[in-house]
Amino acid sequence: MLKFVTDEKKQKFLVPLLSVLFGFLAGAVVMIITNINPLDGYKALIKGVLGNPRKFGEWIVSSTPLILTGLAVAFGFRTGLFNIGAEGQLIVGSFAAVAVGILIKAPKVIHLPLVLMAAALAGAFWAFIPGFLKARFRVHEVVVTIMLNYTALNLVNYAIKSLPGSSNTKTVAIQPTADLSSDFLSKITSYSRLHWGFVVSILMAVLFWYIIEKTTFGYELRAVGFNPDASEYAGMKVDRNIVLSMMISGAFAGLAGAMISIGTFDYARVIGSFEGYGFDGIAVALLGNNAGLGIVIAGFLFGALKAGSRAMALASVPKEIADIIMAFIVLFAAMNYGIKKLLVRLGKEAK
Amino acid sequence: MMEYIIEMLNIRKEFPGIVANDNITLQVKPGEIHALLGENGAGKSTLMSVLFGLYQPEAGEIKVRGKKVNITNPNVANDLGIGMVHQHFKLVHNFTVTENIILGQEPTERGKINIKKAAKEIKELSQKYGLEVDPYAKIMDITVGMQQRVEILKMLYRNAEILIFDEPTAALTPQEITELIEIMKRLVKEGKSIILITHKLKEIKAVADRCTIIRRGKYIDTVDVKTTSEEKLASLMVGREVSFQVEKEDSNPGDVVLKITDLVVRDSRELKAVDGLNLEIRKGEILGIAGVDGNGQTELLEAIAGLRKVESGRIELMGKDITNLPVRNRTELGIGHIPQDRHKHGLILDFILSENMVLQTYYKHPYSKNGLLNNEAINKKAKELIEEFDVRSGQGIYTRTGAMSGGNQQKAIIAREVDRSPALLIAGQPTRGLDVGAIEFIHKKLVEERDKGRAILLISLELDEVMNISDRIAVIYEGRIVGVVDAKEATERQLGLMMAGSGPDMKEGDF
Repeated sequence: MLKFVTDEKKQKFLVPLLSVLFGFLAGAVVMIITNINPLDGYKALIKGVLGNPRKFGEWIVSSTPLILTGLAVAFGFRTGLFNIGAEGQLIVGSFAAVAVGILIKAPKVIHLPLVLMAAALAGAFWAFIPGFLKARFRVHEVVVTIMLNYTALNLVNYAIKSLPGSSNTKTVAIQPTADLSSDFLSKITSYSRLHWGFVVSILMAVLFWYIIEKTTFGYELRAVGFNPDASEYAGMKVDRNIVLSMMISGAFAGLAGAMISIGTFDYARVIGSFEGYGFDGIAVALLGNNAGLGIVIAGFLFGALKAGSRAMALASVPKEIADIIMAFIVLFAAMNYGIKKLLVRLGKEAK
Repeated sequence: MMEYIIEMLNIRKEFPGIVANDNITLQVKPGEIHALLGENGAGKSTLMSVLFGLYQPEAGEIKVRGKKVNITNPNVANDLGIGMVHQHFKLVHNFTVTENIILGQEPTERGKINIKKAAKEIKELSQKYGLEVDPYAKIMDITVGMQQRVEILKMLYRNAEILIFDEPTAALTPQEITELIEIMKRLVKEGKSIILITHKLKEIKAVADRCTIIRRGKYIDTVDVKTTSEEKLASLMVGREVSFQVEKEDSNPGDVVLKITDLVVRDSRELKAVDGLNLEIRKGEILGIAGVDGNGQTELLEAIAGLRKVESGRIELMGKDITNLPVRNRTELGIGHIPQDRHKHGLILDFILSENMVLQTYYKHPYSKNGLLNNEAINKKAKELIEEFDVRSGQGIYTRTGAMSGGNQQKAIIAREVDRSPALLIAGQPTRGLDVGAIEFIHKKLVEERDKGRAILLISLELDEVMNISDRIAVIYEGRIVGVVDAKEATERQLGLMMAGSGPDMKEGDF
């Protein structure tokens, strides 16, 4: 057991696991303080996720965009960029998908890929702006992406209303040929909103891993991220790679937008404020160790907390408790260095 | 009087995959300067970190003033009167000298810091030890040598009696080194004891009383410095005889490999750093560039490598104009480059060793195919190279490069560059900060490459190095070559005059 604890390779898995455990423990403490029985709270949470097929379906639905925004943020981290703009790229992507879904007529085999591509391209374009500014003028991407989040929110709200047939709050429904939803999936989950998007998100996680770990392209992007000077010395095109990294990151976020607009819904909505998928993506990336598989797992965990919080509210546990648990998990995940040290000390004392 | 002020007995410290200290004993007498000598990565810094409480040893004991102690963290070390001047200073740049020194121990009166009182004390301390530090100067406004004195004052202010200096001369100019040696002697005279970590033999001879040598984490010997020669110290450190003189045959120069005509290059401040420079290097020769730092060496090197834009003039590699080619084309045409700053340009410290070994060749067969990396081929190459160039690291090719010692990082870069068999090898200060063993190894490799018919351009600030391994020496002054001389006939005096701007034919009387 203790050998397990001190083995560095295993710590890569053990530390995030412990962060989650500590997060739930801290959540329990909060519940006790607020006079809620933590057992009841967690029972409601589990029920809210696995209680019936419908809830299971909804769990997958809320995890899908989180996995993709997690991949978006992680791709940035792995290539030396801090993409806080996943939120804005997601919004632009969700709109692009709906626009192509409404305006273009084509058979499903063409239309659906086209719609997904539009979302990815829109996200990539929105991320191209900070990427270009960084590569060309050394403007820090954090500042630009934050500003572009607001730009995206308001621009898209305006654009939605200018699509033919839109009301003040949403667009008309997309053509059925552009829809990710599936009667089959919906039926087997007692009519949840489950759609094919989860397949897309898992495929993208595989693609993420493949690009980063296996290709010379990923090798270059990582090199530029870690040390642009040495990359230039080695003959790599540093500026081009910064822009490309940012665009790929944005493409993942754009796809996340499509998961919501043409998957969960079949129209684009005017939203008053950020829904937080992009920011949650930072947490998912952090907990998932910026690796494909880790992000999928972390995405499902945060998806469970999101989906389960509604059920918790029904069991008269405030749904903010779920947010608090999420925050604690992120906090502990960010403290991974401390947890590692703790493990090492444990290992030593046992000797 | 006690015999030893510090005793570290049979210390053992392990890291994953490596035993950094294996049964090491170090005994320091009160009032002496005790040198701790070892190659890069021999375990000197680890041993001192144990003494300073940054690491806990797996075995062994530490006695201070004859009493057994358990140093669990640096505060305990401070309380025991142990102070350390780190190689990389730990100062707040926009604070004044006084603010830096009192940091963590601010003298307060009803919650208010009494800076004036502290500054007065610091001034007195500074005068007592001849440090001449202005307590109100800001760190960012003073020289590196002065910053180091602030670090020394920091220890004195905390009443440290045992002072550890970690490679204190690495960042200093020759003048500053001389002054530091005086300061150290003065500190000892005032009753302090000093442990000096270094791999520079000259400094040990100049200042230390006794010297403990460790090699590859093991204790070798403790010797009296006065009665031990530099050669003896070197061989104890490296474990074999070391020759300071590079043995090489006469060069046999062939065709011109690199031809530079009227080159003008601007530096980062837009000033002309290289200003109408002409130079030729032939196959099978080592051309050394001698010069005082800042006379355009860096810009010249970067212009040849393709990292800096050329304003005017022409660079030709084997007859082909490469003046405006991108870096990758130059690499493919046969330029190898050992960069001056290995952390900035030479390596990606967060990559593992094997990934760094293919930094310029990852996209080529056999390291990749159709855009996919072939890790098997990469690992095989990396293993070959670390074997051939004796690159030592904790986990072999899987070691994160940033965790390796400076000498081994440099060997890794040289392995990578030499292995690509470039027609022209540019070596920018290839032995900076390395110990004699590593220096000898690198010099030998450069001469070997020359004998294989490569052209080698060596840029170094160490005149000894340039004179030792070059075949011809070009002296650079204010961005121009003021003269080229045959290395065999060059004298230090002649080169020194040229480095100050006078031509090769000038007599001393002309100056």
